[in-house]
Amino acid sequence: MTVLVDKNSKIIIQGFTGKMGSFHADEMIKYGSNVVGGVTPGKGGSKHLDLPVFNTVKDAVNETGADASILFVPPAFAADSAMEAADAGIKICVAIVDGIPSHDMIRIKRYMRRYTKSSKMTLVGPNCAGIISPGKSMLGIMPGHIYKEGRVGIISRSGTLGYEAAQQLKNLNIGVSTSVGIGGDPINGSSFRDIIEKFETDDETDLILMIGEIGGPQEVAAGEFAKKNMKKPVVAYIAGLTAPKGRVMGHAGAIVSAYGESAIEKVEILKECGITISKNPSVMGDTVKSVLEKM
Amino acid sequence: MDIHEYQAKKILSNFGVTIPRGGIVYSPENAENKAREIGGSRWVVKAQIHSGARGKAGGIIVCNTPLEVAQATDKLLGKKLVTNQTGPEGKIVNRIYIEEATDIEKELYLGLVFDRSSESIMVVASTEGGMSVEEISKEKPETIIRSKIEVAVGMQNFQARELAFGLGIEPDLIRRASDTIIGCYKAFSELDATMVEVNPLVISKQKQILALDCKMSFDNNAMFRRSQVSELRDKTQEDSKEIFASDRGLNYVSLDGNIGNIINGAGLAMASMDMIKLAGGAPANFLDVGGGATPEKIVKAFKLVTMDEKVKVILVNIFAGINRCDWVAEGIVEALKKIEVNVPLVIRLAGTNVEKGNQILKDSKIKYIEANTLEDAANKAVAALNK
Repeated sequence: MTVLVDKNSKIIIQGFTGKMGSFHADEMIKYGSNVVGGVTPGKGGSKHLDLPVFNTVKDAVNETGADASILFVPPAFAADSAMEAADAGIKICVAIVDGIPSHDMIRIKRYMRRYTKSSKMTLVGPNCAGIISPGKSMLGIMPGHIYKEGRVGIISRSGTLGYEAAQQLKNLNIGVSTSVGIGGDPINGSSFRDIIEKFETDDETDLILMIGEIGGPQEVAAGEFAKKNMKKPVVAYIAGLTAPKGRVMGHAGAIVSAYGESAIEKVEILKECGITISKNPSVMGDTVKSVLEKM
Repeated sequence: MDIHEYQAKKILSNFGVTIPRGGIVYSPENAENKAREIGGSRWVVKAQIHSGARGKAGGIIVCNTPLEVAQATDKLLGKKLVTNQTGPEGKIVNRIYIEEATDIEKELYLGLVFDRSSESIMVVASTEGGMSVEEISKEKPETIIRSKIEVAVGMQNFQARELAFGLGIEPDLIRRASDTIIGCYKAFSELDATMVEVNPLVISKQKQILALDCKMSFDNNAMFRRSQVSELRDKTQEDSKEIFASDRGLNYVSLDGNIGNIINGAGLAMASMDMIKLAGGAPANFLDVGGGATPEKIVKAFKLVTMDEKVKVILVNIFAGINRCDWVAEGIVEALKKIEVNVPLVIRLAGTNVEKGNQILKDSKIKYIEANTLEDAANKAVAALNK
């Protein structure tokens, strides 16, 4: 089992014929992802990158058997596209787009409550780098070659900091089972806790590296879940020790507004949950290595 | 995006919230006339800046005659007010709000925010109005009552009623109080707000329920569909470097240190700032040029960072993902042809084609210090500062 995507995942691109969609579709295909087509309303029936274009996600699912999608539609239309994917029976949807209004994200999540747990789509993002299971499939925009195949699971709010971690691991000859970018927005499709739970039951993952940052309750919620329910070790780094309170640091979600949301407070709470802390971002790889050696 | 108190009041009054009579003025003469127009015998002259705690900073003056109103306006206009929220440089007062004074019987607190845990809208209320919500939660946490609102169906009357009774409001005023709370909720949900705060919400001696001070913030991501809100933006209340950045698609936050940063990705930017601090330095800014880090963005970033006179060293840290280091390096070389950099420059490239990128920098004859890792980059930046 691979967390969220594997070689068999049939991927469609929503916003296929746009500049971003075309570029990243091509990158994913080059990496070996099984891209089966795309959706651009009004262009159904045509071909793009030698693949079929559909008017609706339902058409794409019916014709290709697609079960995964990635969104490259502009922020104003992204919520609509995510809900369309959920309704068409897509199992996993990654929203790369940055700039979806928070009110729209809440609307998507409320909409998805109509589905039972087994038929509910997993939404990852928005404002994220996506998912990669090295050597198997990439449903994202990351540079595939920095990920070595292996058994460490990565979850990161930040894209480039997730790359930094993968590179540090690769330099130490440590590989990654799956890396999931959950995105930097205040309301997101999947939380740290949602993904960490999937890693706990993934037999291809031995250890989880969680890369958090200031703002919001998600790192702490994942820590508490790990303390109660997890056997696999978790290593964490929290970015933003020097961030001033009350200011948004690039990511809309990176703002300290309550207790437990600053980097120092998160680190303290995660330590109490039994999580090993990478004390700075340049030793994420070394910290993972030392924990793996003790296993 | 933040707006002024008087703008927030106008919005809320459109949603059925009662506000004291008042008007905006730009000159002392204007102020005197406005006071007469409003009527009554006491007025409050309020400096309009994007900050709370204006009272303690001298930005709110109670006056007994129209002449006093004019004098107070004269005193405040053009002044920089420094509050505990503005930073030491303060914020300039360009607009004055004149309001009839209210005979206050009781001060309450009412706030609406997103609750990120339950992914709903949270209404927070307390009987201890007039203090900041941080102070209330520290000193009188037992007075705080909360209500989570299911956004799909909106706020129900009973939820507003429960809050009103919870605040100890007398039975005759419950209806008015509920309407006020629901009005605030509607403004929040219909205008893509991220925060609505009425503090204090007061009960006057005449048994009116009035929003005496209001703050509203909005989701920048939603401004494409809220043109009437985005019009209210007042750039004089924002840091000039931050405006320069946001107008050019860069994420920038001005900080107190002297090491300027140019980094791609918000998380990596925060991580680099942490490394600088660990190495004994202090960042002058947070700057995320975006995951792509295109040459155009790099040129703009150099322009922005060199505008800041505090900057004594510049640290560039780019993790090239989808783009390539050779491309980023060309962008840096290009930028340095256009922009003069008179401080030491530390560059760390990582990711795709890193060797090619470093080679381009070496061949270009630009003066810089090469760094290989995050830690190396931070150490070299701090060392360059101390030379």
